[in-house]
Amino acid sequence: MKTRTTSAKGKPLRHGSGKKASSDIPAVQPMSALGDDDRKKLFLHMLQAREFDMAMLRLYRQGRAFGGVYSQIGNEATAVGSAYAMRMSDALFPMHRDIGGHFVRGQSLEALMLNHTARVGSMMRGTDGTGHYADASKKIYGNVSHLGAMIPVAAGYVLSSKMRGEDTVAMTYIGDGGSQVGDFHEAMNFAAVQKLPLVLIVENNQYAYSTPNSEEFACTRLSDRAIGYGCFGETIDGTDVELVYETCRRAVERARAGEGPSIIEAVTMRMRGHAEHDDARYVPKGLVDEWEKRDPIALYQESLLQRGVMTEQEIADLRKQLSEEMNKAIDDAMALPYPPAEEGKKHVFVD
Amino acid sequence: MPVLTFLEAISDALRYEMKRDESVFMLGEDIAEYGGAFKITKGFLEEFGRSRVLNTPISETAILGAAIGAALNGMRPVAEMQFMDFVTNGFNQLVNVASTTAYRWGMGVPMVVRGPAGGGVGGGPFHSRNSEAWFAHTPGLKVVYPAFPADAKGLLISSIRDNNPVVYYEHKGLYRKIREEVPEGEYIVPLGKARIVREGRDASVITYGSMVHESLAAAEDLEKEGVSVEVVDIRTLIPFDEETVLASVRKTNRVLIAHEATLTGGFGGEIAARIADRAFEYLDAPVRRVASFDSPTPFAPTMEKEVLPDRTKILFELRNLLAY
Ligand SMILES: Cc1ncc(C[n+]2csc(CCOP(=O)(O)OP(=O)(O)O)c2C)c(N)n1
Ligand SMILES: [Mg+2]
Repeated sequence: MKTRTTSAKGKPLRHGSGKKASSDIPAVQPMSALGDDDRKKLFLHMLQAREFDMAMLRLYRQGRAFGGVYSQIGNEATAVGSAYAMRMSDALFPMHRDIGGHFVRGQSLEALMLNHTARVGSMMRGTDGTGHYADASKKIYGNVSHLGAMIPVAAGYVLSSKMRGEDTVAMTYIGDGGSQVGDFHEAMNFAAVQKLPLVLIVENNQYAYSTPNSEEFACTRLSDRAIGYGCFGETIDGTDVELVYETCRRAVERARAGEGPSIIEAVTMRMRGHAEHDDARYVPKGLVDEWEKRDPIALYQESLLQRGVMTEQEIADLRKQLSEEMNKAIDDAMALPYPPAEEGKKHVFVD
Repeated sequence: MPVLTFLEAISDALRYEMKRDESVFMLGEDIAEYGGAFKITKGFLEEFGRSRVLNTPISETAILGAAIGAALNGMRPVAEMQFMDFVTNGFNQLVNVASTTAYRWGMGVPMVVRGPAGGGVGGGPFHSRNSEAWFAHTPGLKVVYPAFPADAKGLLISSIRDNNPVVYYEHKGLYRKIREEVPEGEYIVPLGKARIVREGRDASVITYGSMVHESLAAAEDLEKEGVSVEVVDIRTLIPFDEETVLASVRKTNRVLIAHEATLTGGFGGEIAARIADRAFEYLDAPVRRVASFDSPTPFAPTMEKEVLPDRTKILFELRNLLAY
């Protein structure tokens, strides 16, 4: 029944719509559990996520993407830092924006691009798109559109691991808006009662579509709910990748040790509209500018340079390489047709 | 008369009822400043204020349950589902609380649940569903699925004034595609009255929602071949206007039923059974149905087109029917 709210300095975080959320948050805090190789990987995966989001935005503008294009720009540190705290034997249940976590688990760019553009050979055969796919080999189980629906599913997944005496942990995600669905409550209560090894990351990016935090919930922090469930809760700066990693590493450790679930609220900002059709005019002017200063990738790049983990040249080369890989993935995907029509009538059941 | 899109006609009905009756209010996700995901309530916040254009948390159970409570306490709430697919999250409130209240308590629950439904727009499995059969199968709920802007307005006004819970479907593919003259001000289309949208002699298509337009297109194709097809838009599933449907069957003796929802357990089965029961001796051919293939609605455009019914599939089945 511990609820803590910390910034890296240990000061309480301020959040809520229209308020400055970032000025008292210091730059990235180095975490000792990480080696330089880990740091490079964290940076790489955040860049991959950003590159992917930017590519989808381009495709959308060119009329080459369809369906909703939801980006996680500004939120890469949360998705990457949290997923990086898992073992490959653990299971990831991401939500609609969490493209970063897919890269952490080694999902290939090609597979993701085919899937997002519903081309032939895509993981879901064109039946569905975006991060909705599942890949059992990487223990990634995507979401359905109905927010929060996967929290009880993640709980059941690790319930069965626990029944078999395995030490699998599940990590799943929900937004500040999605936290208001009933599934959230039922699943977290169930997980706490059963002491399930479940980590729930609440990505508080200030808005749920057009609706600010103030119209979504009246508690101070979403992690406060942990008190009601009798589990661990903590609110952190979601733009600091090492802080996210370290917080989640501890949560995963507790879960594996049989101490039950955690609710980690990571505070960030949704830097674009809900999806690309939305110009987000409802966001107060200046709020995005304020958060722009806390761009998780820029912050981490600065930190890596300062600590001498990477050089300017290495970073420039990496960015160039990722951009080339992306262009190729787009060209390759776009050269492919949509799946044959008959696919639509297959596999409603498995054998 | 102004020419309105389907979407504008719905806004018009809501605005008219909000002005006319103080007890009408709206609740739903992103409906206030943002005006709703499809902008149905654009400008409503400014016109009616925050207490009557209520932004809610993402909590469909709370939205539908609160609508029931408000309806029990003298209001006429209109609850918006951002997409009708999300009504599943509030299923219990609708099928257990709202639907049984008249029967158990003798009390009305004058509420409307409305929102965009239907496929053909690349929405994938969770933004395309036509769930009307679930609610038609729930005694105590009325179910409305209009196809034209004027009907959309007239039926929505009737739904709001009805003392029972009404589930009102809006096909999102029609929102901006279909426009026609819509009467200004007071305009009522009663629930439970089908409409013959095209007269014909040789066969009847019984349909509703998006398939009305596909059926009309198929009927036009056949007219060029000298075949006369009648198209009946049932407009409301519950109450169901059996008389108009049976009269059409008795006239043409051949009947095709078309809906966008999946085939098995769809409302078309109910219509077919009623026809078999009450007009069997008038039939010159077995009743045929065109509906979505029994799968979730797929995301890829090629696959979606394959599973959804359309003009071509209706035309094909009509030819079979006529050749029988
Ligand atoms: C149960 C349910 N109701 C409504 C929606 C429609 N919807 C999709 S995303 C969204 C906003 C989500 O906000 P949040 O949970 O904060 O996540 P974010 O998009 O900000 O990352 C809404 C209302 C949905 N997907 N599921
Ligand atoms: Mg959000």
